[in-house]
Amino acid sequence: MQRLKSFLRGTGLLLVVIAGIAAWLLMPWVAALGVAAALALWMWLTRRGRQARSVAEVGLSTLPQRLGSSLVIVIGIAGVVGVLVALLAMAEGYRTTLRRSGSTDTAIVLRGGSAAEAMSVLANEDVTVIGDTAGIARDADGEPLVSPELVVAANLAVKGGGPDDLGSVQFRGVGPQAFAVRPNVELVAGRRFTPGLRELIAGTGAQRQFAGLEVGNEIKLGSQVWTVVGIFESGDAMASEVWADAATVASAYRRGSSRTSVFARLTDAGAFDAFKAALAGDPRLSVDTMTTLEYFEKQSSQMTTILRVVGKVVGGIMAIGALFGALNCMFAAVAARAREIATLRAIGFRGLPVVVAVMLETMLLALAGGVIGGLVAWLAFNGFTASTIAGGVGQLTFHFQVTPELLWTGIKWALAIGFVGGLYPAVRAARLPVTTALRES
Amino acid sequence: MKYLHLIKAALFRRKGRTILTLISITAAFLLFGMLDGVRQSFANAGQTAAGATRLQTGSRLSFIQPLPKALAPRIAAVDGVEEVTWANWFGGAYQEPSNQIFSFAIAPNYLDLYPEANVDPAARERFAETRTGLLVGKALADRFKWQVGDQIPLLSTIFPNSDGSKVWTFDIVGIMDSEDGFIAGSAFLHWEYFDESTPYNQGQVGWYVSRIGDVGAGDRIARDIDAISQNSAHETKTQTEAAATANWMKQIADIALIVTSIMGAVFFTLLLLTGNTMAQAVRERTSELAVLKTIGFPDRSVLFMVLAESVALILIGGVIGLGIAALLGPGVNAASGGVINMPPVSWSSWLLGLGIMVAIGLIVGALPALRAMRLNVVDALAGR
Repeated sequence: MQRLKSFLRGTGLLLVVIAGIAAWLLMPWVAALGVAAALALWMWLTRRGRQARSVAEVGLSTLPQRLGSSLVIVIGIAGVVGVLVALLAMAEGYRTTLRRSGSTDTAIVLRGGSAAEAMSVLANEDVTVIGDTAGIARDADGEPLVSPELVVAANLAVKGGGPDDLGSVQFRGVGPQAFAVRPNVELVAGRRFTPGLRELIAGTGAQRQFAGLEVGNEIKLGSQVWTVVGIFESGDAMASEVWADAATVASAYRRGSSRTSVFARLTDAGAFDAFKAALAGDPRLSVDTMTTLEYFEKQSSQMTTILRVVGKVVGGIMAIGALFGALNCMFAAVAARAREIATLRAIGFRGLPVVVAVMLETMLLALAGGVIGGLVAWLAFNGFTASTIAGGVGQLTFHFQVTPELLWTGIKWALAIGFVGGLYPAVRAARLPVTTALRES
Repeated sequence: MKYLHLIKAALFRRKGRTILTLISITAAFLLFGMLDGVRQSFANAGQTAAGATRLQTGSRLSFIQPLPKALAPRIAAVDGVEEVTWANWFGGAYQEPSNQIFSFAIAPNYLDLYPEANVDPAARERFAETRTGLLVGKALADRFKWQVGDQIPLLSTIFPNSDGSKVWTFDIVGIMDSEDGFIAGSAFLHWEYFDESTPYNQGQVGWYVSRIGDVGAGDRIARDIDAISQNSAHETKTQTEAAATANWMKQIADIALIVTSIMGAVFFTLLLLTGNTMAQAVRERTSELAVLKTIGFPDRSVLFMVLAESVALILIGGVIGLGIAALLGPGVNAASGGVINMPPVSWSSWLLGLGIMVAIGLIVGALPALRAMRLNVVDALAGR
């Protein structure tokens, strides 16, 4: 009977925990603030609440005596949150860099069924037809703002590596209107390339990654010599690329008059549907039309999902470790204070205030851990530069981004660990048989 | 060994605490087992014995740039090259363009250079006879539930078929039951069928692979191969397969750095946690240790016993954790039907793990053990 009762109690507690954690992790910050406010009101206004507060105060005042085990909770949880936030910040940085490359009022046209720009081929006739479609914005001279582009890859020597240490950079041949289609591209050094000459400009991200991309330098691509004439910044995925005149790139890569993609600036975002329908309805073409935002989002989604899942799995396993560490420490803390808690119970304190007090203590320690972990991740990794192969062909440089949302996620995880880590010891404290506990030394 | 029962008694003196600590340690080493597997599979990619005897020749300009087929006999003529084969990237996808699969158009003798593909002779023969034949890796076949005899459409994300559509139909003629995770997830089709069908290729080759007899001469042979096309419109770059793969992996991500940082954070936390547990355990047992000393246990034995206790604690948790990682990997792989491919826990991971366990156990146990050794019997018995 006793066994069954304790088993049922354990199961019930487990269900409470699971439901609590699920609700908590889904909760927006406003609701969490509401819960905190309600708790504070309860602790100040009601009798039970005031009891809980005084028990918690006693517990907190003894923290310095248990510095070692309190630190275990704080640092254990800080480790979980730090790793979680760092990995999620990597996913976030990757996603934003690609997302920022797109907008709703520019469109990209690829051959149908092509997974990425570098895999697409558009014939010269297709490019001409696409350029004449209605919905494309025009410049002051009445020229359509379209840039037929040829995306290939080039091997360049990696910075800090040996001469044989080659990396792949995305090499984009652009049309004369490319800069008007993408007004965010700014030259920070040198000048633009001259069409017809083997001149190129390099993005700041590519410059950071590869050796020799300085204004005035000559670099060898295959057997040909190209001159770097400028450096540009765009704040997005384009900054990891190297640009040159499309016709020159096409001749160097023996691509004739074909291109891989067409970028077009539309009159406004609303013109996209008509533009897409016009291209889809043209019997001469078999193309995929997307807004650039849609295209770059699709490019980033798989990698972002992988990074997020890895972050949560690693964080989850670490959380289990930290959780049991916290349980251990709080059980020890409750055991050390068994007589004190029994005394309180003997003079009339009820179980609930004791439960709340122990949980509050654990969650405060967890909160401290979460804040420290988030802070360390922010200090160490916000803006940290990393790179990977993206779009199938070239290195993409991106910065880790520790956003407020990520910090909040970290703190939620910390508090969840604190909640479970405190609950079981708190229930044990509240159920301590008063008489035996008082007799214990 | 004669102290074994004492150590055991000490470990399970407080079962609850020991179990909670063990779970923490288990979680840490479970993570270690999984991450170290990933790190090693990145570090060891292409570093096989067969990989060292193969040279890869690609365009120096870029890996997406094809090479003329006319290079094949000239590479074969280089002193030291035993056999030359080639392949093209096909860029196939199944059902959805986003469901990309590693698919290559291979020359007839490609499988001679890759014995690890493990294609049985009957399947090899069927492949040779079937123009639209496709050899698929075991993991890939499991993922899409393909069987020999199935006819499947693959969408090439790059190359249109002769009729202008990008859908290619293949007959699965064999399953490659390969130990090599990459081949097990790949599909091979005929280079000739590919080249004749797509208007875009026209006799070009993605990369060459040459087998060399003398591994030591690899650098010289690679230079000789590159010299053939020097100053032509299609210069080449030749590397051993191991070097080429390592370079590629490095471009994907610095996995070693990420794994090392995560494990650093995990083990630092673990040190603190078990350190605290051991300190508590020794503090609680002060009077018992004093009794041991009183009845004649030398100081060094007491030191040894506490150290052994902490090493044993970490070893038990760690071995369970690595064991779970070893069991979990194949389980997850099977349950995901090949979508996730977690590497198994290798022997070197076990060795490294055991080394770390002993090291952490010693570090964690050092302070409490010294404290136990220096215990003053009179003070301890008096409870001072």
